[in-house]
Amino acid sequence: MFATVLVVAPLVAIFVYLIYKGASSLSLDFFIKVPKPVGESGGGMANAIVGSGILLGVGSLIGIPIGIAGGIFLAEFGRGTKLANAVRFTADVLNGVPSIVMGIAIYSLIVVPQGHFSAFSGGVALGIMMIPTVCRTTEEMLLMVPNTVREAALALGVPNWRSVLAITVKTASPGIITGCMLAFARVAGETAPLIFTAFGNVDWSQKLSEPIAALPLQIYVYAISPYDEWHRLAWAGALVLIVLIVLAVSLVRFVTSRGVMKGAS
Amino acid sequence: MGVGIEVTNLNAWYGTNHTLQEINLDIPANHATALIGPSGCGKSTFVRCINRMHETNPIARVTGTILIGGLDIYADAKPVEIRRRVGMVFQRPNPFPTMSIYDNVAAGLKLNGYSNRHVLDEVVEKSLRNSALWDEVKDDLKKKSGASLSGGQQQRLCIARALAVDPEVLLMDEPASALDPVSTSKIEDLIFQLKSQYTIVIVTHNMQQAARVAEKTGFFLNGRMVEFDSTHKIFTNPSDKRTEDYITGRFG
Repeated sequence: MFATVLVVAPLVAIFVYLIYKGASSLSLDFFIKVPKPVGESGGGMANAIVGSGILLGVGSLIGIPIGIAGGIFLAEFGRGTKLANAVRFTADVLNGVPSIVMGIAIYSLIVVPQGHFSAFSGGVALGIMMIPTVCRTTEEMLLMVPNTVREAALALGVPNWRSVLAITVKTASPGIITGCMLAFARVAGETAPLIFTAFGNVDWSQKLSEPIAALPLQIYVYAISPYDEWHRLAWAGALVLIVLIVLAVSLVRFVTSRGVMKGAS
Repeated sequence: MGVGIEVTNLNAWYGTNHTLQEINLDIPANHATALIGPSGCGKSTFVRCINRMHETNPIARVTGTILIGGLDIYADAKPVEIRRRVGMVFQRPNPFPTMSIYDNVAAGLKLNGYSNRHVLDEVVEKSLRNSALWDEVKDDLKKKSGASLSGGQQQRLCIARALAVDPEVLLMDEPASALDPVSTSKIEDLIFQLKSQYTIVIVTHNMQQAARVAEKTGFFLNGRMVEFDSTHKIFTNPSDKRTEDYITGRFG
């Protein structure tokens, strides 16, 4: 009971404080308008909300498939090989790379050669940051699938690769999805890797080749500004960011849990 | 219909451990054959050689020949082909935990590319009837997970799953050792019915069980087959002293 309180308290505290600071600045305008210039009141973060969605979409398209493929390799095909140990080590190191370093790396690898900031480079930075979390949780979830389940599939004359995809991965899928959600939620709030890549944008832009706004970036810019109006919008942005992450994670959980039988052990 | 199994000079290793040495025997078609012996004597390894599951362990090795219905399974076939012809039931019930009862039974067919719903429905019902589980689960085939059944029901579900791919041989590795007496007797009744259609090889620690279900019995000791004869002869008048010592409970 005490432990429950300890775990839940910080989340509740943050949430309550955000509502207290941010809720009053929320209005319909916040969700449908772009930022106004300094001095004008009103305006919203619609471009940043959509921009974050695009960046996370690109990031997930890169990070989740590569991460899951890596995890499957580690747990099912490469077990005990040197290549697997190298992949696992790389993933762990990648996990420890500070996010600002990731931003700079992508800046020099993609932004500089292309000559401009872009949503694409931001998405790549987020995607690479997702890989280690997805990869290692996938591996661990697959290793938790009992060997008897693998044997049952092989003994039916199912080829190994098919047994891995259709039986082992499916059995581990609730855990793998949780890993993807963890990675998603973690990079959703990342600011540092976007500073040198997505850059931010005060206007509408959904093009992958152009700088794009993102909620964490916008919050950062507004929060360090000297204007009270912008501070209030920053609080509102933080509240919206957290609510959107919770919504996205809950939605994925709800949708994916319906495909899995109850009573699974 | 079942087919006979002829085993000649079979040797098997785990790493450097020589777990099966020079096994020779003929397992008759459409009969139940029991393999008995103390733990670690190689009887499980032996059945795993018959469906080429032994080699799924990277340190395992096999030499010798096994003919199933005349087909040399190590020289002339791929492991996946053999495993479709030779079904296996394991010691602990191992249904696929995330699948419904229906999907568990249909898994072998679906994963090998069959998708005709009409055929699948028929095969699932036939297999569940053959494993005496149909009446207990027919109302929640797609509603309940295989893992939500009781242990004995799960084991019969695993038997249905093995039967659904229409094998000729059914290997059972101590199928009742994790079950209560009532479930055990259901499995034994089942073996009695199934042997008219399949060649059954059952590994068991329970000598009464071997006597009840099998026409032939082989006694394994330390990786060798000591004696193979009719069950009646093994249990009443064994020709080897070691067999007699084992079945009278002097060791093992």
